[in-house]
Amino acid sequence: MSENYRLEKGGLINRNKKIKFKFNGKKYFGYEGDTLASALLANGVHLVGRSFKYHRPRGFFGAGVDEPYAIVQMNRNNEVDPNVRATEQELFEGLEAKSVNCWPNVNFDIGAINNFLNKFFPAGFYYKTFMWPKSFWYKIYEPIIRKAAGFGAASIKHDKERYEHKYEYCDLLIAGTGPSGLASAYAAAQNGARVILAEDKSRIGGSLLVNEVTIGNQSGQEWAEKIISELKSMPNVIIKNRSQVFGYYDHNMLVMSERVSDHLPKTDKYTPKQRLWYIRAKEVIISSGSIERPLVFGNNDTPGVMLSSAAKEYLKVYGVLVGKKPIIFTNNDSGYETAIEFKKNGIDPLILDSRKNPDSEIIKEAKDLEISIKFSYVVVAANGYKKVNSANIAKISDDKKIISNIESIKCDCICVSGFWTPTIHLASQSGNKTKFNEEIDAFVPSKSKQKETTLGSANGVFTLEETLKTSFEKGSELSKQITNKENKVSIPTVVEKKSSKHDKFWCVPLPEGKNYKRFLDFQNDVSVSDIQLALREGYRSIEHVKRYTTLGMATDQGKTSNLNGLQLVSEVENKVVPQVGHTTFRPPYTPVAIGAIVGREVGKHSKPTRKSPMHYWHEKNNAVFVDAGVWLRPRYYKQGNENLFEASKREAKNVRQNVGVCDVTTLGKIDIKGPDAAEFLNRVYTNAWLKLPVGKARYGVMLREDGIVMDDGTTTRISENHYHMTTTTAQAANVLSHLEYYLQLVWPELNVNVVSSTEQWAGAAIAGPKSRDVLQRLFPDLDVSKEGLPFMGYMEGNLFGVNAKIFRISFSGELAYEVNVESDNGNFMWEKIMEIGKEFNIQPYGTEALSTLRIEMGHVAGSELDGRTIPYDNSLEGLVSKKKDFIGKRSLSKKAFIEPDRQKVVGVVPLDKKTSIPEGSYIVKDAKAKLPNPKLGHVSASCWSVEYDNPFSLAIIKDGKNMIGQKLFAMSPLKNKTIPVEIVSSHYVDPKGERVRS
Amino acid sequence: MLYIKCPHCGLRSQNEFSYGGDATVKRPELNKEVSDQNWDNFVYLRKSPRGKHLELWQHISGCRQWIKVERDTLTHEIFKTLKANEEL
Repeated sequence: MSENYRLEKGGLINRNKKIKFKFNGKKYFGYEGDTLASALLANGVHLVGRSFKYHRPRGFFGAGVDEPYAIVQMNRNNEVDPNVRATEQELFEGLEAKSVNCWPNVNFDIGAINNFLNKFFPAGFYYKTFMWPKSFWYKIYEPIIRKAAGFGAASIKHDKERYEHKYEYCDLLIAGTGPSGLASAYAAAQNGARVILAEDKSRIGGSLLVNEVTIGNQSGQEWAEKIISELKSMPNVIIKNRSQVFGYYDHNMLVMSERVSDHLPKTDKYTPKQRLWYIRAKEVIISSGSIERPLVFGNNDTPGVMLSSAAKEYLKVYGVLVGKKPIIFTNNDSGYETAIEFKKNGIDPLILDSRKNPDSEIIKEAKDLEISIKFSYVVVAANGYKKVNSANIAKISDDKKIISNIESIKCDCICVSGFWTPTIHLASQSGNKTKFNEEIDAFVPSKSKQKETTLGSANGVFTLEETLKTSFEKGSELSKQITNKENKVSIPTVVEKKSSKHDKFWCVPLPEGKNYKRFLDFQNDVSVSDIQLALREGYRSIEHVKRYTTLGMATDQGKTSNLNGLQLVSEVENKVVPQVGHTTFRPPYTPVAIGAIVGREVGKHSKPTRKSPMHYWHEKNNAVFVDAGVWLRPRYYKQGNENLFEASKREAKNVRQNVGVCDVTTLGKIDIKGPDAAEFLNRVYTNAWLKLPVGKARYGVMLREDGIVMDDGTTTRISENHYHMTTTTAQAANVLSHLEYYLQLVWPELNVNVVSSTEQWAGAAIAGPKSRDVLQRLFPDLDVSKEGLPFMGYMEGNLFGVNAKIFRISFSGELAYEVNVESDNGNFMWEKIMEIGKEFNIQPYGTEALSTLRIEMGHVAGSELDGRTIPYDNSLEGLVSKKKDFIGKRSLSKKAFIEPDRQKVVGVVPLDKKTSIPEGSYIVKDAKAKLPNPKLGHVSASCWSVEYDNPFSLAIIKDGKNMIGQKLFAMSPLKNKTIPVEIVSSHYVDPKGERVRS
Repeated sequence: MLYIKCPHCGLRSQNEFSYGGDATVKRPELNKEVSDQNWDNFVYLRKSPRGKHLELWQHISGCRQWIKVERDTLTHEIFKTLKANEEL
């Protein structure tokens, strides 16, 4: 298909490079430098979507971020990209996009029936209609509404694209590269400030690319190019195009999304699709410009009705005519600039100016070019369904209330200009209390809360001369304060056309007997009558009106609609706009991909993975790993076709019968030193620590101040003032912070230092009746006999030239030792243990066997120390000192904690000795009781006892002490199981603890 | 994201710190009688002021020191940061 609306020459596109693309399955071509929107318009395509509620045809309204209509679904690099603005999507070879919110297609859309039923879809329609019957909401209403509404569909597949985050610090962040952005960046850079200059579009220059101005002796565009190339050569300046600063957060933290690869057919292997920048700036200059305001008239949403500034941009940047018979409908001088551009390119526009008798340089120029102008004229309504084909125009009275002389004029586009709205989003997000500027009928920033300055048209300054002057000055002043350097730059002279005052008029009254829809919010189909209805129904606060009518919601967040909405409310309510106020501007300014927010923190990368020094040995020996906190631990070592159950049973059995070895590197380790270390431990743990001899370990329990068990572990006195504490894998970080809290804030008088040594030591637990034999062979020179190294003993040894710490401690309930060596020697130690242990049938065991061994011994662990239990509940009351005070002791005398029927850990065995009890099951008295069945407690951990070859569980149940011997039921509604059980002692195996002392 | 001046390390982003609650709470002394009421107040009762609040933060990804931060809970303005042993 040929391009009927592309000019022969002009624009900033590369005419030497044709680009093929597909829209709704149809082939077109455009040029390098086009957006999808400009390329479609060049091909005369105006129908690109359907509206949200009424499914009315939708075309293009703008040429940038403000676009409310042209939202398409992209198919790029085999990934679906919903919610893409065609006005921002740059064209690339093979681009494929399609319309959204229409079915079966954009030309024939069934949903358009809503348009004819619009009487039934007033403001608050959902709230009013789908209230009853209540049960219909989930099953009927919601699925239908969900299918009918919304823009595009996200993929449910994993997004294969790469996104990344970047942190940056700078002196000045400048958002927007129009004249104010370039001038302030230039001045700041000259003063040596570190500057980040961000531009949303691919081209830098902002309004200088489209406005006919002269700076110095150059055109605005040439001047911009010169400044940019100078800035690019400076090492203290970062210039980023395709980068939207979308959020202004606390303490001058701004977030910017950079579309690194969205303009390319596919993402390179080593680059991300998008990059999110977290920028901490000492000063922020907001040079975000302004967005043209629409004028409101009948059917003003018809494709072909668009902003006059957009029409000009398509002409000047892309060499595209949005129509060949344009009507320019304006209330200010900006519309004339568009008209003049049309005229220069051989098109005869008709200007309708709502003002009675304006006069200015630019109006004179238009007159000189013999452009037809009708003053005191307005568009009453656009005609045409899928594309505007004519306009009903009329004369309007001086008070703008009466229209007369209605006539129909043929046209193929209507370019509207209702003056300009400063883009104050970032300033408002920063906490700036905005004020209403009567001169321009819009809000502008006033008092800064953070270090930000708004310049140029974003600040309501619409002349280039003043913009450049203030921007050079501000850029210089702000940077000088930071760098203490000043290199004066001279402010160039400016030639621009002077404008006359705009007209406050914005909404065309309805002609008698006509009921045209006059839209305020183009994305959400909010019309003048919807707002009027909401106000009649009693909505007053602008925030409520917004939520009730959806004015200013959705992806464009009312960039083109907010102010007109406010003007309407103020008119109906007979208030002035500042009394009505504006809704809160919240980040993001433009939609941000979830992928970009997540960055690289996906799947396995969502947290760092820690591996023990023996990890690769485990890997080589068929370990199946499990996540344990941030660690990867072997869950079991697979032999042949074994499953988890078979392997863990084999491993646990081998520990009970022979000897096993388990990687316990992951245990938290804290090195404690200082003359007051013993006193400190005595305050931290519930049991007594002052008399622990050097070379001995002790098991300890620590509480939170509320009496709940925080963690348990063993601590060994290495020397007089040196202790080695172990914590559970999961609580290691919390325990360290806890100790630091008390040392730094509560008892600073204690002379103690703590430091994490978890990663300094590799640990192996050697457990089982034959473990002493293995240990003796590992350390032939040491006396590791029962007497030489008794239970809870500690010694240091030399393991084939490697220094080792040997602790006689046990988690499995068997005779057991833990050997620690420096991490680098971990694998050496492990291989030696395996080599020497071979003749004793040593086998490695994983966390599953580890759990089995501790559960049947009744050793409590994380599933019992779950942040809800006190020492008594875990049968640890014997470790609670009555003599001394410690953290949390005072709480243990709370009434609930000393109730006689307080919960306690018990053992649970199924009566049939076969059925495993799911963890989390409830323990109840009567399986058939009426719901809710009173719950006695829950099953905290389950295993298959290798000692007795039947299932065994631990449970924490009410009055557990007196429940031993009772026949109860374990119920798991989740697994739909009811299992008759008997309550037994939690110490199922070796209740006297003889083995560990053997 | 807040920008907190650690008295030991200088200005650092909030994600290097973890929050530690009200800095004005004093733990009752060890081995001293405490009434149920006073103990419960210490363990559970915290003010939730709208405005200035002296609070604890720990520079966990930095020097690991607990510090005091005087912050406005409404505006997030930080007025002052102190070492653990310093008073306002």
